Amino acid sequence: MEPIIETKKLTHTYSAGTPFEHNALTEVDFCAYPGEYLGVIGHTGSGKSTLIQHLNGLLKPTAGEVCFQGEDIWAVKGRARQVRFQVGLVFQYPEYQLFEETVYKDIAFGPTNMKLDKKEIDRRVRTSAEFAGLSDDLLQVSPFELSGGQKRRAAIAGVIAMEPSVLILDEPTAGLDPVGREEILDNIRQYHNAKNATVILVSHSMEEVARTVDRITVVNDGILPMTGTPAEVFAHDRELREMGLDVPQVTQVFRALRERGIDLPSVYTVEDAVRVLRQRLEAAPC
Amino acid sequence: MLKDITLGQYFPGNSILHRLDPRTKLIGVIVYIVALFLCKQLLSYCLVALFLAWMIHVSGVGVKAIVRGLRPVLIIMIFTGILNLLYTGGTPIVQWGFLTITVEGVWKAIYMVARIMMLIMGTFLLTYTTSPILLTDAIESLFGPLKKIHVPIHELAMIMSIALRFIPTLIEETDKLMSAQKARGADFESGNLIEKAKSLVPLLVPLFVSAFRRAEELAVAMESRCYHGGEGRTRLRQLKYNRQDFVALLVLALLIAVIVVLRSLHFVV
Repeated sequence: MEPIIETKKLTHTYSAGTPFEHNALTEVDFCAYPGEYLGVIGHTGSGKSTLIQHLNGLLKPTAGEVCFQGEDIWAVKGRARQVRFQVGLVFQYPEYQLFEETVYKDIAFGPTNMKLDKKEIDRRVRTSAEFAGLSDDLLQVSPFELSGGQKRRAAIAGVIAMEPSVLILDEPTAGLDPVGREEILDNIRQYHNAKNATVILVSHSMEEVARTVDRITVVNDGILPMTGTPAEVFAHDRELREMGLDVPQVTQVFRALRERGIDLPSVYTVEDAVRVLRQRLEAAPC
Repeated sequence: MLKDITLGQYFPGNSILHRLDPRTKLIGVIVYIVALFLCKQLLSYCLVALFLAWMIHVSGVGVKAIVRGLRPVLIIMIFTGILNLLYTGGTPIVQWGFLTITVEGVWKAIYMVARIMMLIMGTFLLTYTTSPILLTDAIESLFGPLKKIHVPIHELAMIMSIALRFIPTLIEETDKLMSAQKARGADFESGNLIEKAKSLVPLLVPLFVSAFRRAEELAVAMESRCYHGGEGRTRLRQLKYNRQDFVALLVLALLIAVIVVLRSLHFVV
């Protein structure tokens, strides 16, 4: 299958020519396929934020290419800006970018920039608010009156309103309570299913990634040392730990049990663990 | 793009210029500016330029970074140059309609542009080689005597150091906000003046909101560490003049003496 978005030998150098010069990415080949749910993990400063900002043309590569649907986004002038409507990027703590008088207007900012007509904008604002879990009566409120979680939803809705075919979220659940996290992840999943959109989720939480994504890409020191299904990636727990990452806690528990001679398979999510244990308990003679 | 604005940004290093007492550097920049404004002839300009070049070389900051600092004042420089070129009386060399360019005008334009350029570069060198904290320490120490007549020097220094400290933070934040709004299709580059001004709203509103939030957080953080003004506050880094500071002050005295002497001599070049 053709990747919807990919980078070819992408290199990015920050502050070139000053004492602060450093390579954030070195010859990175990244790809995401249409309709997949991809996780990107890496510790702070690994280069993952730099990578995702290349995917929608916010940063220009120092060397290498970024291709959307097979075409270099920097080949034609003005294409990078058009790609931004196709590749939606939700930044970390997106609630700080809200600025309009009402939530409605703020969500409409993206679609308005796309020069859509009023009716279409209205439809998009309402559907995206619904996807993000914002009730209708909140649309006419000032975004600064919302709670932290609601602000986050409004900001996410602002990107979803552009109906991008690729949605990238940089730690969308950071700083939220457990219930808020679940809800936001559910909403993203709904968008993914409803639009058959590619979703790229950047996260620090191994549990979150293990539970939600189809495939994981690991970023470390500006390169991608590992890519694969959660099972494939989390099998390398020693390497992951050397990179300042980890495997889900439940995986660790099961491994510790295995080391004590209890015959258990590797699991990556709590749901799987519960299922496995229940099977064992039912099969076991009392 | 905003990262190019380097005003008030410190370049860590270990050159002699970095190690000088900040008070010496502050006095040095003031002396340098006075010297620059006392220049009358090409020779004195060359001398000050040479001194600046020497300092840039010694600082190890790199010419590129210093020149980059000039970019924001480019328009002012061009404007000054053109005004001086056209509005100075004297011997005309080119006459075109109502515009007259004189020999004196050409020289004056060159001098004025050189003066602004060297002024900016010299002051940038100070902020490049001195961390904002040391710089305000120096200001507080140099203006300390004014406390006797109830000038709130400590408070002013604190306000300045906080302002300086937050310039890079706010630039970074603006950069982030710009990226976030661009990701939603905002366009900061094209359009006429009114459209451009309008396009700043999505930037300025969140920036102000976060500046107020930061101010409040900082106030709470300072109070929770028992900050209550400058009275009885001791310092982690005590400022102390060393031998190199005396040498530096001597060099500066020499520079200004030569410039003054050159000024009193009546030759034109």
